[in-house]
Amino acid sequence: MKNVFVKGWRPAAVLLLLFILWEIAVKLADVPAWLLPPPTDIFKEAIEGWNGLQLHLRSTVMLSLLGFAIGTGIGLLTAVLLHLIPFIREAIYPLLILSQNVPIIVLAPLLVVWLGFGILPKLIVITLVCFFPITVAALDGFRQTPGELKHYMLMAGASKDQLFWKLELPYSLPSLFSGLKISATYSVMGAVISEWLGAKAGIGVYMTLASSSFRTDRVFVAIFAIMGLSLLFFGAILLAERLLVKWKPREAKKK
Amino acid sequence: MIQLSIDQLSKSFDSTLVLNNLTFHINYGEFVSILGPSGSGKSTIFNLIGGLLLPDSGTIQLKGEKINGKRGSISYMPQTPSLLPWRTILQNVLLGQEIQGKTNPETARKMLYKAGLKGYENAYPQELSGGMKQRAAFIRALLSPQPVILLDEPFSALDELTRHEMQTWLLDIWNEHKPTILFVTHNIEEAIYLSDRILLLSTKPAQVVQEVTVPFTRPRKEELFLDENFLACKRGIHAAFKLQQR
Repeated sequence: MKNVFVKGWRPAAVLLLLFILWEIAVKLADVPAWLLPPPTDIFKEAIEGWNGLQLHLRSTVMLSLLGFAIGTGIGLLTAVLLHLIPFIREAIYPLLILSQNVPIIVLAPLLVVWLGFGILPKLIVITLVCFFPITVAALDGFRQTPGELKHYMLMAGASKDQLFWKLELPYSLPSLFSGLKISATYSVMGAVISEWLGAKAGIGVYMTLASSSFRTDRVFVAIFAIMGLSLLFFGAILLAERLLVKWKPREAKKK
Repeated sequence: MIQLSIDQLSKSFDSTLVLNNLTFHINYGEFVSILGPSGSGKSTIFNLIGGLLLPDSGTIQLKGEKINGKRGSISYMPQTPSLLPWRTILQNVLLGQEIQGKTNPETARKMLYKAGLKGYENAYPQELSGGMKQRAAFIRALLSPQPVILLDEPFSALDELTRHEMQTWLLDIWNEHKPTILFVTHNIEEAIYLSDRILLLSTKPAQVVQEVTVPFTRPRKEELFLDENFLACKRGIHAAFKLQQR
């Protein structure tokens, strides 16, 4: 964790510099606030409107967490099924790729038409964007298990179950975590998109309301909130990876 | 008394005959080496005994029981250590037992001490040197409950000095536990130094062309490598191979 602070100051400094430039440019050019508010206005709005924002934040966090959990579950299950049953892999894998080619922005309103404004269509949207990176990452991990290790396990008499639980699953963990990191950030995006369609609360709702009333400062607050949430999710996965995958040689640390 | 017997074993891949009526046996507590040039189908023999492949004809018997295509009947040490990188050394040496059923961490710990791996029980394989990894891999094979250990050119990837050290170490351990060992190698000196009997293998198709009973008493010392009789034995095997190639 200490590392994060030691390494984190450089991007933080760049970000601060950008904010300062932005502030000066807006002030000098006298840009009206509804077009582009200065960062100070945005932060002021974030602090003053915190009580209103909190409700939306909580709702989005719950939705993305739930969606991420379901997406991860389905993603893993799909990967295991595709890996263990070659027939299913041949039949389903191409369709999985197709499922990612359907534009969410088109599919989402359709889901609302079919399933209403409840939580179900929202979860489907998040699951759809979340499960794919996990399935692909896990499948790759399973398949890249070194032949020599597999050969030893087979010679030692390992059953198909033992081969999977003792060798292929642990071997795929680092790869699986790469997929989880991508999905974690996608889940926030998926939640916001699904909230656009119609929800009582959520960052997506807050954002739509703000932009339709030309509260550009609030739009920016929403953007920063989404970025912050994604970063937080990403960090949580990173932490879980550190705890679970201890064996990976940490060359990055030495540099 | 015969423990493992291979009878009239034949195997071909895509109409190329790899093994032709291969016949040999190993007695209880015997150290037998299969010596043959690279590409003589040695790994095919192991895959057949290990049950990964089925022979076209012939039988493999362990204690009189047919084990054709039956996986996990023997204990195995591969050419590369093949330790699982996410397991500690202790967890790794227990893997063979774990696959077969019950584990016994206490014996494993004792054996690691004796193997000079004390203090490395909780280390991960990538922290160990090549020789140490091979020791761990051998202990894993020794701890596995199966009665016969197959060793597939285990020291071929090590440097000369480490290899000598490992050979002497292997003899010490073997002396103590007397497991039945089938050792595959392409190194003539290694075969003479370690084994009771050596089977010389021809290439394509593989057949036992000659059987050499090693005349030296045990325990053997490293000085043996420079002994006149040792060199004579080596010369004899060398000549037998030369004759084959003609």
